Amino acid sequence: MADSGKLSNRDREELLRLFVSMERVRRFEERVRTAFVEGLVHGTTHLCIGQEAVCSGVVGALRTDDYLTYTYRGHGVCIARGMSMRAAFAEIFGRVTGVAGGLGGSMHLTDPDLNLIGAAGIVGGGLPLAVGAALSARLAGRGQVSVTFFGDGATNIGAFHECLNLAVVWRLPLMFVCENNLYGEFTRIDRTTPFEELVHRAAAYAITAAAVDGNDVIAVTDAAAAALARGRAGEGPTFLECRTYRHAGHSRTDPGKYRPAEEVASWLARDPLPAFEQRLLSERICDSAELQRLKTQVADEVQHAAQEAAAAQWPTPRDYLTSALVRG
Amino acid sequence: MANAARLSDERPGQRLNGDVMQTELVSYREAISRAVGDEMRADPRVLILGEDIGESEGPLKTTLGLFKEFGPARVRDTPIAEEAFVGAALGLALTGYRPVVEIMFADFLGVCFDQIVNSIAKHRFMSGGRMHAPLVIRAIGGGALRFGPQHSQTGESWFLNVPGLRIVAPSTPAEAYGMIRAAIRDPDPVIVFEHKSLLGTKGEVIFGEGGIRDLDMPAVIRPGDTITIVASLAMVPHALEAAQQLAAASISAEVVDVRVLRPFKPDPIVESVRKTSRLLTVEEEAVHGGWGSNVIAAVIEQAFDHLDAPPMRLGLPDSPLPYSPPIEDDAIPSPDRIAARARELVAYAL
Repeated sequence: MADSGKLSNRDREELLRLFVSMERVRRFEERVRTAFVEGLVHGTTHLCIGQEAVCSGVVGALRTDDYLTYTYRGHGVCIARGMSMRAAFAEIFGRVTGVAGGLGGSMHLTDPDLNLIGAAGIVGGGLPLAVGAALSARLAGRGQVSVTFFGDGATNIGAFHECLNLAVVWRLPLMFVCENNLYGEFTRIDRTTPFEELVHRAAAYAITAAAVDGNDVIAVTDAAAAALARGRAGEGPTFLECRTYRHAGHSRTDPGKYRPAEEVASWLARDPLPAFEQRLLSERICDSAELQRLKTQVADEVQHAAQEAAAAQWPTPRDYLTSALVRG
Repeated sequence: MANAARLSDERPGQRLNGDVMQTELVSYREAISRAVGDEMRADPRVLILGEDIGESEGPLKTTLGLFKEFGPARVRDTPIAEEAFVGAALGLALTGYRPVVEIMFADFLGVCFDQIVNSIAKHRFMSGGRMHAPLVIRAIGGGALRFGPQHSQTGESWFLNVPGLRIVAPSTPAEAYGMIRAAIRDPDPVIVFEHKSLLGTKGEVIFGEGGIRDLDMPAVIRPGDTITIVASLAMVPHALEAAQQLAAASISAEVVDVRVLRPFKPDPIVESVRKTSRLLTVEEEAVHGGWGSNVIAAVIEQAFDHLDAPPMRLGLPDSPLPYSPPIEDDAIPSPDRIAARARELVAYAL
């Protein structure tokens, strides 16, 4: 695991941006959870509470022209990337002002203007798309990197193996970000996979790999930066395992009771947000008044965005009937 | 064609001007290769991926000359990993390229079914229409070559139930050339079903812009008055041969090449049946769940009063295609069998 060193050696504004990014993702997800109880969210939703350091750390290290693919647990990636909170809430609430006009919903937040090009609802389904975006980046020759987020469960599906292999043989600028939260839906990793340290998978594909504490936003940022530098320099793909934990169940209807209480307690004690806040304070990067001010700003942003989204119009049949093909 | 003109107008500067129109007698396989090559020459965003398509020019020789002209960056050999490279085509399409992927045997579409059905077909929709997926999947299918149950399926009806795809099936070299070029220019994902037993067949092809065909609807390819026979792929030449036999018996069969299976516009077939009052569909696949059922449903919905006999479907028995020559031949509708069924329908008395 990487040692993230002293914060005082780092750019203060960047550190505060990371703090705000994680805070925005956490409060967004908490508001989605409340909205579900209020009846504003339909079907189901998959929250990334507890895993914010991964999306904020990786996305914070990207260029605006890099490509991102992710999963149904992808709200955090989108919010960290700068998706309009109002349009994200509206999509999750099924409103016409949503990023996809209410056609996709919680599992399918995308925004081509931000190169948020694919949210896979199928485990592992986004990996092939990321290979294509990486080939595109390589052919274009502008130093872009394609980044794909997926969970530990996806490492058991065929697409994962095909894509690792292809990325290596084509030497693609592709960063595989495995968010290992120890559970594939309701089943613990030790019942589905021969080892918990998924970075071991990398050796079989001759891919450069690293494992980091996915709850340490600085460690994630540094590992991502190294992988991105390799990709931009034409040195090929990197597999990055981020060990983390989701605080809630798999989806809204799952209380997560299959998890041992001690395990949950130990990970809650390592919540990435208070941990980073504590570091910022103890290493005297800022004072608590400044952090409180930032938190209040985020809380206001979330509240207003959700309010506006909840007041938006529903889509009508004409909004979806012509959307499958350009030329129907 | 109007369609091609409209699409090229949307992309000023991407097309070569002064494309010379010329007609040549070529094989279906050469027509495929030249369609891809002409689009690659005209548009630097076009590239092709698939198994053994580079220096080897394809196991079925359907990428003739492409590697030599365009090199390994644009004519890419892939590992045997359809899920990865078909899904990669979507990633390429979303980020500015116009990929073509070759599926060596249409049977292998089963390997990448998820990417086609859940990602490629739905991506534009799930983005609320904000992203487009202009990509082409060329799948070479079909029987009669003794390849056995896992290498002989046409696959043409497997995706009929999937909105978000355009599905076409060329039956001649001219159609292969014209439809593949149109498919590469199309803004949506297109699956082109080709047929192994047609690869060596020859026909006149207009090369250049003038040879580009529409991807809109079925086409009447032999006019007639007494019965409408609708066929696809290798069943098209069988239907034409049957029509000749029928003509000798003074039965005038109108033959329709179904050609575009999705989105399905049955208008030319409905119009034909209004004239002939009889309908026979011929497909090289099990008829249950095949496109013939769609054709008949459309005709019943739109021309019920014009029918003088119950519409009939002819296809494979409800069985995988066997290997051994006499029984594979037994399974695939022959011109004789098509003609016999047509005579039954003509003799039918209400």
